[in-house]
Amino acid sequence: MDTKLAMHTKNLNFFYGDFQALFDVSLDFGANEVTALIGPSGCGKSTLLRCLNRMNDLIPETRSEGEIYFRDQPIHGQEVDPVEVRRQVGMVFQKPNPFPKTIYENIAWGARINGYRGDMDELVETSLKKCALWDEVKEKLKQNALGLSGGQQQRLCIARTIAVEPDVILMDEPTSALDPISTAKIEDLITELRKRYTIIIVTHNMQQAGRVSEKTAFFLNGVIIEAGLTSDIFFNPKEERTEAYISGRFG
Amino acid sequence: MSASYTGQKSYYGDGMAQNIARRRRHGRVWHILFYAATTISILALIVLLLNIFNAVFGFVLIEDEVPPTELAPGGDLESLSQGELISLLEEYLSVGLIRRFNFEEPLAERSVTDLAALVQVRIVNPTVIEAWSLQESLFQSDMIRAEHAAHPGTRVQFRSWLSARFLVSPQNPRPQLAGIRTAFFGSLWMIIIVIVVAFPIGVAAAIYLEEYARSEIWYNRIIEVNIYNLAGIPSIIFGLLGLAVFVRALEPFTSGTVFGGVDPTTANGRTIISAGLTLSLLILPIIIINSREAIKAVPSSLRESSYGLGATKWQTIWHHVLPASFDRILTGTILAISRAIGETAPLVVVGASTFITVDPKTLFSKFTTLPIQIYQWSARPQSQFRNVAAAAIVVLLVLMLSMNAVAIIMRNRISKQRRI
Ligand SMILES: Nc1ncnc2c1ncn2[C@@H]1O[C@H](COP(=O)(O)OP(=O)(O)OP(=O)(O)O)[C@@H](O)[C@H]1O
Ligand SMILES: [Mg+2]
Repeated sequence: MDTKLAMHTKNLNFFYGDFQALFDVSLDFGANEVTALIGPSGCGKSTLLRCLNRMNDLIPETRSEGEIYFRDQPIHGQEVDPVEVRRQVGMVFQKPNPFPKTIYENIAWGARINGYRGDMDELVETSLKKCALWDEVKEKLKQNALGLSGGQQQRLCIARTIAVEPDVILMDEPTSALDPISTAKIEDLITELRKRYTIIIVTHNMQQAGRVSEKTAFFLNGVIIEAGLTSDIFFNPKEERTEAYISGRFG
Repeated sequence: MSASYTGQKSYYGDGMAQNIARRRRHGRVWHILFYAATTISILALIVLLLNIFNAVFGFVLIEDEVPPTELAPGGDLESLSQGELISLLEEYLSVGLIRRFNFEEPLAERSVTDLAALVQVRIVNPTVIEAWSLQESLFQSDMIRAEHAAHPGTRVQFRSWLSARFLVSPQNPRPQLAGIRTAFFGSLWMIIIVIVVAFPIGVAAAIYLEEYARSEIWYNRIIEVNIYNLAGIPSIIFGLLGLAVFVRALEPFTSGTVFGGVDPTTANGRTIISAGLTLSLLILPIIIINSREAIKAVPSSLRESSYGLGATKWQTIWHHVLPASFDRILTGTILAISRAIGETAPLVVVGASTFITVDPKTLFSKFTTLPIQIYQWSARPQSQFRNVAAAAIVVLLVLMLSMNAVAIIMRNRISKQRRI
């Protein structure tokens, strides 16, 4: 094992009631790497992502088997608090969902509830700067965040996530609702963020996976078909089905 | 089946234009029906309001027993001093009556206004011997003039049954002197008790059921079904419940005996607090249901974004779920409280007083409320009480409308802060 692992799963099975959405998923997510999860709609990418920060705990009648480790700690352990897991493993959702509060409060709230004791103005500014949003919003920090454009809202959501200093950021199709310019901005941002964070991103956009990720995992019906270096998956897939999906003949 | 302009076969046929015309005709029929339904409701409302206002204003024929000009210079009773008023009362009225007044509230402790009102009722004793509706007053002046001529020594006056005096006077056996002061305070107490008791309990229960209770557990489902059923139970049943529990079983508490300060005339459980708690029980299920719907309407994306930042359940509820649903919770609660203000049956069962003239001063006082008063007035044989009842209805409507207005204003304020 050359890189340090930020997270890994071992033989993870996941069930919505009687329906099994994930089968024996074992995946490694290297620290400070960007891993892309790809696969056709309904194959379980979001489900895996939501397992990684125990967001699925919120859905009644779900259950999982197997283990997920954050660093070397199992996150389903008896003594592990899901609230702590979610702070260390942040999440950005497919649809931008800022709080219906001011831009400032959107960043400050997460920090405050997690007991941040530093200078709040400074935290807001640096978080927004990291997400290349500061120049666009510095004049209107006290305005409602819902007044921002979709792309700006999504960057605000990323800023809000990094303000609580997670180790891992999960992104579920963060650009699917955005135009090419906003998408490019967010991709640049991901490239920038990987220096400090481990990023796991779900995307339907193959070019995007190719541009931003080092590792890629290809899913089909809840099963990992192939996982490895992005360049290998894209240019030397071992599996016929991977090649078919990537070249667009499938799925 | 025919060929379309592309030359391909189409199953839509050539009658496309007729088809659209038929669909539009169909839509127009519904449009007219909806319009008619709305018109009917508005007409009903207008008839109701006209009917009420028709009884509130109009000419009356008055006869005084002792003209006030004989008692005070210019007939202005309030210009007399407290002592002069008391001696007038003692001069004209029986000793027994004076003793009763002193028992209710010592005459020496009453204000000049109260005493003057007493003199007006007991000595001047003006009697409305005939009252006409607004419609009659406007269009049948001949009849009114004839009636006046038939009763020498009387005067005709245009009267608004709704007046400042009506608002501040207590109940009275004479229609022209009756007021709603006592009933208004009674209703105000009800509103306060219901807000203090039913609102927090209802919202808290809604939060528990919506956010904490796991609906797959059988007893939670039973609770849920029962709350929905409770909301549909006739209010008189709640009255019986209140009678059994608050008036009888909890009498030591609801009469105030365990807390000391008891009103000797009311040392039983038929008090404001019993009535308020009964009404609170009555609207609790409605508040719970409305609040649950409000909480349910909060989008899950909002909760997820909060949890995703490492918020606890309580932080999520307090900072996001409640603020996002508060405007709806508020509207639902106000509607429920409006229902409570308008309730009569359960309060009759719990034991609203039929005739009190003393303001309710504590939670353990006797009480009456606006709808009770309206109900009693409209049941009186003297026709003039119908005018009094109409005036009280206007007060009740204004009270409800202003509560709803407050709710709408608060709600708009809250939503403006949260939406663009
Ligand atoms: N809350 C749920 N309850 C029941 N089944 C669910 C739930 N969420 C997802 N599923 C099922 O689990 C499977 C995987 O869903 P998931 O959302 O993980 O797919 P996905 O790979 O993210 O798809 P997409 O690319 O369309 O977002 C699907 O078959 C879906 O129907
Ligand atoms: Mg998905």
